[in-house]
Amino acid sequence: MAKSLTFRAYLLSVLIFGMVLLGWYLATLPQKTVATTQADAEYAALMGGGAVKKSGMPTPAEVGHTLREKLSDPFYDHGPNDKGIGIQLGYSLARVLAGFSLAALVAIPLGFLVGMSPIMHRALDPYIQLLKPISPLAWMPLALYTIKDSSASAIFVIFICSLWPMLINTAYGVAAVKRDWLNVAKTLEVSPLRKAFLVVLPAAAPTILTGMRISMGIAWLVIVAAEMLVGGTGIGYFVWNEWNNLSLTNVIFAVLMIGVVGMMLDMAFGWLSRLVAYND
Amino acid sequence: MSAFDDPFDPKTKLASQGCSCGRHSNQAEHQLDEDARIGRVVETTVMRALFPHDETRRNFIRAVGASTAFAAISTLFPMSAAKALAADRAPLEKPDLKIGFVPITCATPIIMAGPMGFYSREGLNVSLLKTAGWAIVRDKVMNKEYDASHMLSPMPLAISLGLGSQAQPVDVAAIENINGQAITMHIKHKDKLDPKQWKGLKFGIPFDYSIHNFLLRYFLAENGIDPDKDVELRIMAPPDMVANLRAGNIDGFLGPEPFNQRAVYEEVGYIHTLSRDIWDGHPCCAFGVSEGFAKTYPNTFAALFRAIASATEYAHKPENRSDIIKAIAPANYLNQPIPVLEQVMTGHFADGLGKVRNVPDRVDFDPFPWQSMAVWMLTQLKRWGYLKGEINYKQIAEEVFLATDARKRLKEMGLPAPASNYSKHTIMGKEFDPAKPEQYLKSFKISRA
Repeated sequence: MAKSLTFRAYLLSVLIFGMVLLGWYLATLPQKTVATTQADAEYAALMGGGAVKKSGMPTPAEVGHTLREKLSDPFYDHGPNDKGIGIQLGYSLARVLAGFSLAALVAIPLGFLVGMSPIMHRALDPYIQLLKPISPLAWMPLALYTIKDSSASAIFVIFICSLWPMLINTAYGVAAVKRDWLNVAKTLEVSPLRKAFLVVLPAAAPTILTGMRISMGIAWLVIVAAEMLVGGTGIGYFVWNEWNNLSLTNVIFAVLMIGVVGMMLDMAFGWLSRLVAYND
Repeated sequence: MSAFDDPFDPKTKLASQGCSCGRHSNQAEHQLDEDARIGRVVETTVMRALFPHDETRRNFIRAVGASTAFAAISTLFPMSAAKALAADRAPLEKPDLKIGFVPITCATPIIMAGPMGFYSREGLNVSLLKTAGWAIVRDKVMNKEYDASHMLSPMPLAISLGLGSQAQPVDVAAIENINGQAITMHIKHKDKLDPKQWKGLKFGIPFDYSIHNFLLRYFLAENGIDPDKDVELRIMAPPDMVANLRAGNIDGFLGPEPFNQRAVYEEVGYIHTLSRDIWDGHPCCAFGVSEGFAKTYPNTFAALFRAIASATEYAHKPENRSDIIKAIAPANYLNQPIPVLEQVMTGHFADGLGKVRNVPDRVDFDPFPWQSMAVWMLTQLKRWGYLKGEINYKQIAEEVFLATDARKRLKEMGLPAPASNYSKHTIMGKEFDPAKPEQYLKSFKISRA
C-alpha cells in the first residue's frame, strides 16, 4: 500500500510537471502578428524584422536550450563580468557560508548563554525582539557606509540575517533541556563545562540544527537580493546582468538554478538533523 | 664575474661575458632584443585595434603581403613614433587598475579601451567591472574600491558638494560622451506629440544627480509643465524603465541608450525627442577619479587619460563605430543585441512611429570637460532646490572639472583642444552665459531657487 502511494505521488508529480510545461507552451505560442501596415522593408528590418527577440516570455524549448547550453560549460571565465553559472553559484555559496559560519560562531554560544541564564534571557530579549524583524537588506546601506567594501557588506548582510533564527532556536533548545537530566548532572557534580557539552548540547542539538536550517534558507534567499544590489559576482549579479539585458530566458534559467541549490542546501541540513536526532 | 662573487648566489653569472638575462652573448644584443620586444607589443596592439577580428587581419595580410601591409599601416599610424614612446615612457606607479562602468552606451570609450587595447598600449592592466547602479558606483568610488569610474557628469559635483552623500572631492578627468539620450514615450501616447499635453504623466529618470534629470526637467518646464507639481518623476534603472513602460507603470522616460532604442525594438515605445535636440553637444557621462588619484599617481593618471582620450577620439569617428559595437556588445560588457546597438551608434534608426531617421550625431564622443558645463549643472542643481544658498559657481567648476589639465594632455597627444575652459551653450534656443549664472537662474519662470 505504502509503495503504491509513493508511486502514485511520483506519477502525480510528473503529471503536474507536464501540465505546467503544456500551459507554459500554450501561453508562449507565437501570436499571429497583426499584418503590419509598414510596407517599408527598411523599417521592418530595423525593428528586428521577424528575428527572435530574447526579451519576451520565452518558450519551454528556449529555456531548455539555454539550460543545456549553460550547463554544458558551467565554469568558463570570459573576464570579470562574464563567468559561467558554476563560478557564479560558487561565489554566492562562498559568501553564504562565510556569513553563516560567522553567525553560527556568535549565535550558538550566545544562545547557550541566553538559554542557560534567565537573567541574560531577560536582559537580551528586548534587543533580539527589536533586531529580529529588520529586513537584512535594510542593513545594506549602513554596511556599505561603515565597512566600505561591497563584498564584505554582502557577507555582513548574510551574517545578520542568519543570526536570529540560530540564536532563538539555540536559546529555546537549551532552555527546554529536561530538568531531570540537569538534576542528574547536578547530583553527579559534573563541572559546568562538561554539563554544557555532554548534557545540554546533545539534548538541544536537534533544535539548534532546526535553527541553522532556517538560517541557511533565509541566507540563500537574501544573497540573491544582496548581489543584485551590489553587483560584481554571484548568482544575484547574474540575474541582474540578464535583467539588464532584458533576457527573461536567462533569468528563468538562473531562477531554476537558485531553486536547485537552495533545495540541496536544505537537504544537507535535513540529513545533518537526522544525524543528531534521538528518541526520549 | 669577479673572482670574489659568490658562486652560490643565483643572481651572479659565472660566464665571463654575457648580458643581464644570460641569454645573449653581450649586453648590446640583449638591449636590441628588448627593443624589438617592445616594438612587437606596439605593433600587436595597433593591429589588434585596427582589426578586432583576427580573420580580417589574416585575410588582409595574405592579400597584400606583410611588407605592404606594414607600410600601409605606417602611413596611417606613426608606428615608429609609438614604439619610441612606448620604449621611454615614465614608469607607471600603479599599472593594475580597477575601473567601474554601468552597462550603457555612454561608457563606450571606457569599455572599448579594454578589448581594443587602448589601456594595454599605455602599459595599463585594467579590470573593467560592471556595476549595478549609480548609487553603487558612488559608494565604490568613495570607498576606493574603484580607482576610476564611469559616472554621470553631475555626480562628481554632487559628491564633492556632499549632496546625497558625505562630501568627498571627486574630479572629472574627461567627459565620456555627448548627446546619446532621448525622451521615449509609451506607444499609447503616440497622439500626444505636444509635451503640453503631458500633465499628470509619470516619467522615469536614472538618478537625481544626472543630466537626464536636468534635461527632462528643463524640457518639461520650457513646455510649461512644472516637473515637481504636474508630473511624477521616478528614479529607476534603465532596464526597469523599459519593463515599466511595457507594464504601463510609467508613461515615458529620459534615459540612456541603448534603452530608448530597446523600447522601440520591443515595440513598447517611441522616441519622442533626442537629447541632442534639447541641447546639441550636452555632456552626459564622465570619467571620474577621486581627488587624490591624479596627485598620488601622476604617470598612471596621464596614461589613463591618454587611453581614454584616444578611445574617445576613435569612437568619435563614424567609420569606427561598427568595430566598436562588436567589441562592446558581448556579455562581458554591454550584453545587448547588436541590431539595437547599431541603430544607436550609427544614428540610422527606427523611431517607433513607422519612420526611419538618420541622425549621425545621435551619440557622439568628445572628452573635453568644459567648466561652463559644470556651471550650467550647478545652476540646475540650484534651480530645482538640490543646492541651496550662495555658491561660487566658478570655483566649484574649476575644482571638479579638470579642463586645464585635459587641454594640456590633449595638446601633447596632438588631439584638438579648445582654447578656453568656458563656452556659451544654447539649450532649446536659449543662450547660457557661464559668466552670469545667477542672471540665467533668475530668467526661468518655473524654478525652486
